[in-house]
Amino acid sequence: MAPTDLKLYQIGTFAAGNRLLDPGDRSVQADPGRASSITSGHRACQGCGEALGARFVLDAAMRAAGGEIVIANATGCLEVFSTPYPESAWQLAWVHSLFGNVAAVATGVAAALKAQGREHVRVVAQAGDGGTVDIGLGCLSGMFERNDDVLFVCYDNQGYMNTGVQRSGATPPAARTANTRPVGSEPGNVFGQGKDLPRIAMAHEIPYVATATVADLRDLERKVEKAMSLRGARYLHVLVPCPLGWASASQDTIRLARLATQSGLFPVFEAEHGVVTATTPIRRRVPVEDYLTLQGRFAHLFGPDGRPDVVARIQAGADRNIDRYDLVTVVDPDGVDHV
Amino acid sequence: MSEHDLPFAITLAPASSRADLTGTWRTERASYVTRQAPCGNACPAGEAVRDWLYDAEEGDAGYERAWRRIMDANPFPAVMGRVCYHPCETSCNRGQLDESVGINSVERFLGDRALELGWRPPPAGPPTGRKVLVVGAGPAGLAAAYHLVRLGHEVVLKEAESRPGGMMRWGIPRYRLPRTVLEAEVQRILDLGVRLELDTRVDDLVSTMSEEHFDAALVCVGAQIGRRAYIPAGSAAHVLDAVSVLHGVAAGEQPLLGRRVAVYGGGNTAIDAARTAKRLGAEDALVVYRRTRERMPANEIEVQEAEEEGVRFRWLSTIGEVEESSIVVEQMELDEAGFPQPTGRTEVLAADSVVLALGQDSDLSLLAGLDDVDLGRGVVHTTSAMMTGQPGVFAAGDVTPGDRSVTVAIGHGRVAAGRIDDWLAGLAPAPEPPRELAAFDMLNTWYYEDAPRAHRPRLEAVRRQSTFDEVVEGLDADNALYEARRCMSCGTCFSCDNCVAVCPDDAVHNIGMPGTYEIDLDYCKGCGICVAECPCGAIEMLPEDI
Repeated sequence: MAPTDLKLYQIGTFAAGNRLLDPGDRSVQADPGRASSITSGHRACQGCGEALGARFVLDAAMRAAGGEIVIANATGCLEVFSTPYPESAWQLAWVHSLFGNVAAVATGVAAALKAQGREHVRVVAQAGDGGTVDIGLGCLSGMFERNDDVLFVCYDNQGYMNTGVQRSGATPPAARTANTRPVGSEPGNVFGQGKDLPRIAMAHEIPYVATATVADLRDLERKVEKAMSLRGARYLHVLVPCPLGWASASQDTIRLARLATQSGLFPVFEAEHGVVTATTPIRRRVPVEDYLTLQGRFAHLFGPDGRPDVVARIQAGADRNIDRYDLVTVVDPDGVDHV
Repeated sequence: MSEHDLPFAITLAPASSRADLTGTWRTERASYVTRQAPCGNACPAGEAVRDWLYDAEEGDAGYERAWRRIMDANPFPAVMGRVCYHPCETSCNRGQLDESVGINSVERFLGDRALELGWRPPPAGPPTGRKVLVVGAGPAGLAAAYHLVRLGHEVVLKEAESRPGGMMRWGIPRYRLPRTVLEAEVQRILDLGVRLELDTRVDDLVSTMSEEHFDAALVCVGAQIGRRAYIPAGSAAHVLDAVSVLHGVAAGEQPLLGRRVAVYGGGNTAIDAARTAKRLGAEDALVVYRRTRERMPANEIEVQEAEEEGVRFRWLSTIGEVEESSIVVEQMELDEAGFPQPTGRTEVLAADSVVLALGQDSDLSLLAGLDDVDLGRGVVHTTSAMMTGQPGVFAAGDVTPGDRSVTVAIGHGRVAAGRIDDWLAGLAPAPEPPRELAAFDMLNTWYYEDAPRAHRPRLEAVRRQSTFDEVVEGLDADNALYEARRCMSCGTCFSCDNCVAVCPDDAVHNIGMPGTYEIDLDYCKGCGICVAECPCGAIEMLPEDI
């Protein structure tokens, strides 16, 4: 459901469901019969965005595929906290791969299913940002190039979290990690574009690339559904805040994802065959400070010895995103929205 | 699975993570809570505003449930939807987001729909055998009679005038409250079995009570004596008081006000008088008030509507003298304490008549001789149980100190009925359990769709200047539903399923009926995301005993 279909919040478009809403118009998460693909008892930290994001994505994928789905999961937080031998939190067919080869494993699963004539069984590969942008990039790029029939989902928590919060190619500038200390004239992670994987994926001109966050469930589910309706290589990049690595309060996980989008730091968009086809405009714009100050990993930028110059550079990056993706909606006096 | 059944090199059978009760990590737990919404908290009539909006949001069958919920507190929804100054809307949290919910217009829609479809309140309760006298059939008396009858008491309502309604009939002009609406809602109360005795003035309360064997009495005779102020006036000067003017017009008379009318005072009665003068044909209606617009006690909406109709205002002014066709107005200045002080600068203005709207007093002669009843400063003082110093004699409405409005009076009537019921049963009033207010910062307003308010259409200014047609029109069904659905349901669950969706531990479940949730404490890690993402502030974190 597009966010403007229903103008009344009580049968709303931002919340997961509503008593007044036709069950078909509620989110997958509001369905009492949802798959709950990753069930209770997993050992993710309190307020884990990745556990949440994985359930959002896979429940929607399960519904779209009628439950016939195979998951290949790279090594990383998501695998570690969900499957301490011999227990598993997964409620679907799930295979664990090495850290770097999940795209190749998923490709193999898809090829095997094709050989068996069972192409109705869909394949989803999933990994954290480390397994996607760093260690797994070679296999992933190959999967994109061959246009293998796999939906690859990256849960981006911006670092190697379960090994002790080390920097990845997706860690944002100035963030404190175990190996980017907040000291010296350039504290925290270096400035640079990092590895912007959605754009790298777009450069492969695969059928579908999208970004999403755990803060906009409706948008995320819609994108999973769209991706599942297509064949070939598809890439979904989901921002999943990490209370441990970001040094944020556990209840702020969704709020942080929302602020990341509303500040412009994390653009939410869709692209098909290398061309951006839709962006989610910013609804309530905020300065980057609103996002940064909730996180201990940016604490060195604030306070008496703060670094307003560094904050200004981060803001400039957000502004660049806003320009690039046209994220700010201009409202005419007649009340008509123009994106 | 036994050890022999396991595949090669596997030593442990697969198991579910559900064996791990990760709820043991928790130091705080999430818990559903119902908080007091600001609208209901502010309602002088004691309506559970949020709760009836919740029903109305459903539309169709929900409208009648919503109306019945209003009727639990207030038997005048259609009147209220017209004349209430809606403190509920002033306190509405949505006002901090875009615009407050148009609660008053939804109430009017429900009230009108009830009249149209003939909805009736439940019949009177089983008889208690107790008999209660209510003196004065204004909003307080009628509301009290309604609640007393529902509690099973026999009620006799004695009214000095020839028609019931009190200030709703004699004070509020027709363009704000059409009489058909008033009469229909009054009749619905009488139909419950309230005995109304018109043209019956009670001169001596105690003797009436003993002669007719009343167990208790409620005095709500209102305040209809216009206060006079000494203003030097020439012999031909035409000075009237606003209450009498409004009463006369309501009774069908045509008071002679002349072409140019000056109204002296700054309350709602002054505005009513000025707007009425315009409708009676005055070319010029001028309100003279000694303070500023900001300090005027009249309701802002009424002032706006009066301005639209061409009523003029002269702030910071007093009337010093009145002649046959002119008044002398003195300019005032506010001192540091905000009180108006004379400046000595005067001006002569044309005026054929002066209408005084300087406040109203009560005729409390029926209580004369009751030494235990405190009538200090011309009002009846009561305890928190609304009883006067005389056991069994209660008072409500404009005769008691405090704000005077129809809504306040209706609320008084409801509370007094409850207190009379308690007293008749020999019970102490049950204390209201204190409930935490659902403040704006407890909400997560992100989830509310942007939805500007639906405004009620108003009659064109030209017709308003010459007729007594109702000025503010009602909402149609679509707009009323839209408006009801703008309610944010502050402090109580409206079944949005967010908590079920946002739990990373899959520990919040929808059980049975849609919108009934349970938190599985075996797995709730106490992260607090459900609390942070609950739109309406209906979940709280409670510390665990550790």
